[in-house]
Amino acid sequence: MNLGSHADFIVAAYAVTLFVVAALIAWVLLDYSTQRRILEDLEERGVTRRSGRKG
Amino acid sequence: MAVIDFANPTRFLRIVDRVMPWLIAATVALFAIGLYRAINAPDDYQQGATVKIMFLHVPAAWLGMFGWALMSVAALGTLVWRHPLADVSGKAAAPIGAAFTFICLVTGSLWGRPTWGTYWVWDARLTSMLVLLLLYLGVLALYWTAEEPGRGARAAAILSLVGAVNLPIIKFSVDWWNTLHQPASVFRIGGSTIDPSLLTPLLIMAVAFTLLFVTLHLAAMRNEILRRRVRSMRLLRAREAHA
Repeated sequence: MNLGSHADFIVAAYAVTLFVVAALIAWVLLDYSTQRRILEDLEERGVTRRSGRKG
Repeated sequence: MAVIDFANPTRFLRIVDRVMPWLIAATVALFAIGLYRAINAPDDYQQGATVKIMFLHVPAAWLGMFGWALMSVAALGTLVWRHPLADVSGKAAAPIGAAFTFICLVTGSLWGRPTWGTYWVWDARLTSMLVLLLLYLGVLALYWTAEEPGRGARAAAILSLVGAVNLPIIKFSVDWWNTLHQPASVFRIGGSTIDPSLLTPLLIMAVAFTLLFVTLHLAAMRNEILRRRVRSMRLLRAREAHA
């Protein structure tokens, strides 16, 4: 594959896109694990949502 | 199952957990095919190899606009129908739409320098796209800085609806004004002006990016639902501690 004299621009465009997409994926994954961890911690302390209570 | 059943966050989470692995697999597969076709696509007779930037720039532009359209529909759901998942959807779409708009602007700039001779020009298409990014940042600021989430959600919904005016301006800017940016060349009356050897990988990449958007959006919605559960549990604990 020959990208010609403007290879820098093409590589930069793909690199920026890859970086932003990777950042989005990392944000979603980290946020998910953070929220799960907090929820589990709260449940371990006996805090339950109103809808999860019996009686 | 009626459509309204999806409004139940618990049921929504179950559905997301079920479809997520399939969505991820389809996204990865389509990106593999799309990137292979994009890398092996022929050079354009005028632009040379820089046409490969089109496979990123065009889908990012579509999805930047799609994200705002999605937020506008969600805003109606928040303000009119008070749908429980509407605000969750709008809030989850904002950073993803902003990211795709940013990709569109940066890749467009990197494409513009070798083809137009400049990174930036204040023409109607580029400027209206920059306005879209600023609107996204405004919505994000409203969500992140509101002390009371409900108030932030309503303000963001109003801005989403007002900002929707910018979508037809972006779309028709190349027809209404004399712009350096080229007119529509994919979806237009009379058919696409792009050669099939370039159009096919472009459409595959567009579907791949759309699946990525949907996957990220559903995952971000799931996170937002969990965040709201955390918030309500903390409030409940605080209330019980004071009782």
